[in-house]
Amino acid sequence: MDAQTQLRAAADRAYSMPLEQIDPSDPTLQQDDTHAPYFARLREEDPIHHTADSLFGPFWSVTRYDDIMHVEMNPQLFSSDSRRGGIAIMDGNAAVSLPMFIAMDPPKHDVQRKVVSPIVAPENLARMSGLIRQRTADTLDSLPINQTFDWVPSVSINLTTKMLATLFDFPFEERQLLTYWSDVTTALPGTGVIDSEEHRMAELRKCGEYFLRLWNERVNAEPKPDLISMLAHSEKTRNMPPDEYLGNVLLLIVGGNDTTRNTMSGSVLALNRFPDEYRKLCANPQLLESTAVPEFVRWQTPLAHMRRTATQDTELHGKRIRAGEKVVMWYVSSNREPGKFNDPGSLQLDRENARQHQSFGFGIHRCVGNRLAELQVRILWEEILKRWPEPGQIEVIGEPQRLCNPFVRGYSSLPVRINA
Amino acid sequence: MKITYIDYNGTQRDVEVEAGTNLRDAALNNAIPGIDGDCGGECACATCHVRVDPAWLPRLPTMGDQEKMMLEMMDDRDERSRLGCQIHLSPELDGLVVHTPMGQH
Repeated sequence: MDAQTQLRAAADRAYSMPLEQIDPSDPTLQQDDTHAPYFARLREEDPIHHTADSLFGPFWSVTRYDDIMHVEMNPQLFSSDSRRGGIAIMDGNAAVSLPMFIAMDPPKHDVQRKVVSPIVAPENLARMSGLIRQRTADTLDSLPINQTFDWVPSVSINLTTKMLATLFDFPFEERQLLTYWSDVTTALPGTGVIDSEEHRMAELRKCGEYFLRLWNERVNAEPKPDLISMLAHSEKTRNMPPDEYLGNVLLLIVGGNDTTRNTMSGSVLALNRFPDEYRKLCANPQLLESTAVPEFVRWQTPLAHMRRTATQDTELHGKRIRAGEKVVMWYVSSNREPGKFNDPGSLQLDRENARQHQSFGFGIHRCVGNRLAELQVRILWEEILKRWPEPGQIEVIGEPQRLCNPFVRGYSSLPVRINA
Repeated sequence: MKITYIDYNGTQRDVEVEAGTNLRDAALNNAIPGIDGDCGGECACATCHVRVDPAWLPRLPTMGDQEKMMLEMMDDRDERSRLGCQIHLSPELDGLVVHTPMGQH
């Protein structure tokens, strides 16, 4: 079945099935890219929706932009604390249940976040941009011309892994471990990366040991501007228990890796789906300095959701949420809300309110690395257009393979050809 | 009314704005560098961070809980930090001077 037929079948099903049976967490909806009609119906008919039974147990779905904003801005009501369940829909995933600053509430959240956030401050990004550009140029110059290859490992994974190794000052020759541990952290068991939760934990213990070794090296050396040294030398974090250190490391690995990687792949796919926009970009590359990059991030929405847990009984858009219940904010839905974004399914590189997308979250947990991610995607396209300035020169040749995952919206492969 | 934005290089930009707007919108409408305002003015992203000239600080509207919460998570805030979207430009702020950062994050 081709993608269009599949989407039509999904729309028929989404609008004919009993409302209460809709389960937006079904990971095949992301794998097949058929989630849109289900979310459209929920936004229209049941914007705060309860799913009684799913792979991830019972949970509430928040599907509209303004309701998500309400949840984001009230962390005292909707907690991120790992002890309550953390920030992702899966409860049994030991990796995402570790203490890490994204999965903490204030005041500890604010304290730990501030230890690492200077690395992505504007001055530091300005300093790093030359290196990012050089690496991007080298990577593009090594790509095969006029033959089909997979963009995901050759460009997206390649570039984001090098960036992450730089941020950690991680042994460069072993940097592919970072990508592997990122995948181990977020994968659903049985989808190709890990077989079980035990398998996940076994692999992450190795990650913990590796990073403990790096910690011990850095803590006994002069402070340096890499993430491990910053954590090891800050008085706010230097006495972290090992599981909290591992949690923060995994957060930074996934945050610095998956999202940028998948936006890099998504941008290529989006421009191929919307050739007029590809022409617009080639005619006006300055769009990369204003709205084009946020629009790529909106269109891709590299994380489908973030999760919170209600700390007390509360009301949300007329529904009664009870203390302890799981509340999932579906960014993949709010970023497609017609009342917020005109013709939301389409890519519009000059979209006036592109920056208002919710892919980075809002409120105190807003993505700390958002400007670094944007910088990497901007430089990638600037360097692509320098080499291949005509619309369609990076041509998608076949269907991408998407991840079977309710959290990370990404690609395991994207066949392309550079026409030159 | 007149508002003065001074960027991280020390470059001063005086702009004429209508009373009743806010410091974020006034910056974006006048292409002031260093102000992003991602969330649209909802006090939800802290990307309209400015440092207010000390002489003007006591004359600003008081800080709400949401603004305090957003400033609390920032590594580079100080006692002059405010979010532009929360500073409603009433006529008595004519002449306000604020400093903008190199960039927001």
